[in-house]
Amino acid sequence: MIEAMKLSKRFGSIEAAREVSFVARNGEITGLLGANGAGKSTCLRMLYGVLTPDGGRACIDGIDILGETSKARAHLGVLPHAAGLYNNLTARENIRYFGSLHGMDSERLKSRTAELSLALGMDSFIDRRAKGFSQGQRIKVALARALVHDPGNVVLDEPTNGLDVMAIRNLREMLLQLKAQGRCVLFSSHVMQEVAALCDRVIIIGHGRVLADATVQEIRERSGAKSLEEAFLQVLGDTEGVS
Amino acid sequence: MRTLFVVFGKEFLENLRDRRTLLSALLFGPLFGPILFGFMVSRMLEQNVVESDVPVKLTISGSRYAPGLTRYLEGQGIKLTKKDLSENEARAAVRGGSSQVVLLVTEDYPRLFAEAKPAPILLIADSADSQTRKIADRARAILGSYGSGIAQLRLQMRGVSPLLALPVAVNEVDVATPTGRAVVVLGFMTYFVLFALLMGGLYLAIDSTAGERERGSLEALLSLPVARAALVGGKVLATCAYMCISLGLSLTAFVCVFRFVPLERLGMSANLGFHTALIFFAICLPFVPLGATLMTLVASFTRSYREAQTYLTTVLLVPTLPIAFASIYSLKTKSSLMFIPSLSQHLLMTSVLRDERIFLRDVLVSAGASLAIALLLFVFTARHWRRESMLG
Repeated sequence: MIEAMKLSKRFGSIEAAREVSFVARNGEITGLLGANGAGKSTCLRMLYGVLTPDGGRACIDGIDILGETSKARAHLGVLPHAAGLYNNLTARENIRYFGSLHGMDSERLKSRTAELSLALGMDSFIDRRAKGFSQGQRIKVALARALVHDPGNVVLDEPTNGLDVMAIRNLREMLLQLKAQGRCVLFSSHVMQEVAALCDRVIIIGHGRVLADATVQEIRERSGAKSLEEAFLQVLGDTEGVS
Repeated sequence: MRTLFVVFGKEFLENLRDRRTLLSALLFGPLFGPILFGFMVSRMLEQNVVESDVPVKLTISGSRYAPGLTRYLEGQGIKLTKKDLSENEARAAVRGGSSQVVLLVTEDYPRLFAEAKPAPILLIADSADSQTRKIADRARAILGSYGSGIAQLRLQMRGVSPLLALPVAVNEVDVATPTGRAVVVLGFMTYFVLFALLMGGLYLAIDSTAGERERGSLEALLSLPVARAALVGGKVLATCAYMCISLGLSLTAFVCVFRFVPLERLGMSANLGFHTALIFFAICLPFVPLGATLMTLVASFTRSYREAQTYLTTVLLVPTLPIAFASIYSLKTKSSLMFIPSLSQHLLMTSVLRDERIFLRDVLVSAGASLAIALLLFVFTARHWRRESMLG
């Protein structure tokens, strides 16, 4: 479970997050929807502790990310916006590197890598160097890297960016798999259809504020709009550009 | 501690597979210096040989007016080309390069010589040309000794002791040892050694910082439950490892090059065997972490590979500054200078080359100062890595 409690962050004169609060539960996929620059990445970065909030706090499975950073991170898998690989290492070595840094021993690393390779369909390229990988292959390795320590919570920042249709479908299946395993999945996106198709719960962010926090169904009912698109636009107001 | 070694192992392996790193660390850096150096020294040898062995060639005009002088010059082993030129023709010949140096004896010469008055000879040369200047210098020296010989004879004939005309007897004593003379040449070498040392870690320092950011793996790395200092430590350690390899290769290459360059022919002996190379390695070793942390720190502030490359090329010049000062002010090994990194390594290595005694205290101060600065830079780097701005 991931909890954000009144998270605030300011960069100079820009308020990137203003008292953002929400909960992402286990066994659910939670979507963070907002336009580019709405503050999604800032919120996620505070959740995994690479940014320190000016106010408020964040907990992973009840552990404060600022107070006990390492312990909280052990429960968390992160796929940041830029999820680059080490091109001179093989897919397996990329995954092992992160596993080792999580403190896993080589016995466990071996079995876990085999597990992930099978689950994500990486067997054909697991021992190839990452240099020539397609975007789809890269995202698989990056996801495996984020999941290597078997975390209960997964945060993904715009994971579908730059992926083709096939790769997006694959990613969707992977996220549903994670949900079925009872994990807490939190991902950000500016693509509405994607969020609508996947998420149990949607948090709409605009100008650093939470504008709505509900299920897709609830949002539609509350706004009284016919289509999902209209409902979102009503919540966001006309100024926000959501595609 | 475990993190440190995991990061070290990964950086070491990853860069071992990178052609750019390998080329600069293991080929270009270590071999550039020794090869250039061997070439330079061989070239100097050739020139020296030319100067002392090949006879000086002079063009003389009007030699019939001065048969005594002509005989004397030939007796000194000078190759004379006899021509009849006017003064203007002689100038044109030198300017045009058909003759390098022309001696012009005028018609007045025999008369004035017989009257024991100064008899004129024109020495026409182009002082802007270093080759001709050397020939002119030799001609001047020989003409001078011919003149003083004649003067002595004239004094004797008039019953005066020629010694009266020699109030001072100057004897030059050159105390430079063969090794000492070589140091002038070998002085460059210490810079090449330090250059190779830095080159060895250059690309790794960039790749593990700016490269990490550019390929987008930095944020994932920073969101791991590990201490940032351990991450930086592993990266610096890997950089150090490559620098040590580069340093070792460079010294080995120098030892090999000096096997083939006949320094003895310059009247020098190169005190550079494997034993000296080992001492050099020990002297330079404390400079390795200093260079590694400096490059890692600078590269950590940059956003891209290219930007890091630009800044680090400047960093490569840093060790030259103290060495340049040292040669301008001809500094010698002094305890007070041992606090300055790169300069202290340069001075210690030069001392070893000169066969001078080096003091353990100086070596320790040199190492201590370099390591202390390295530690300071490391603390800065680790602190920078803890900042949010590190994400870029």
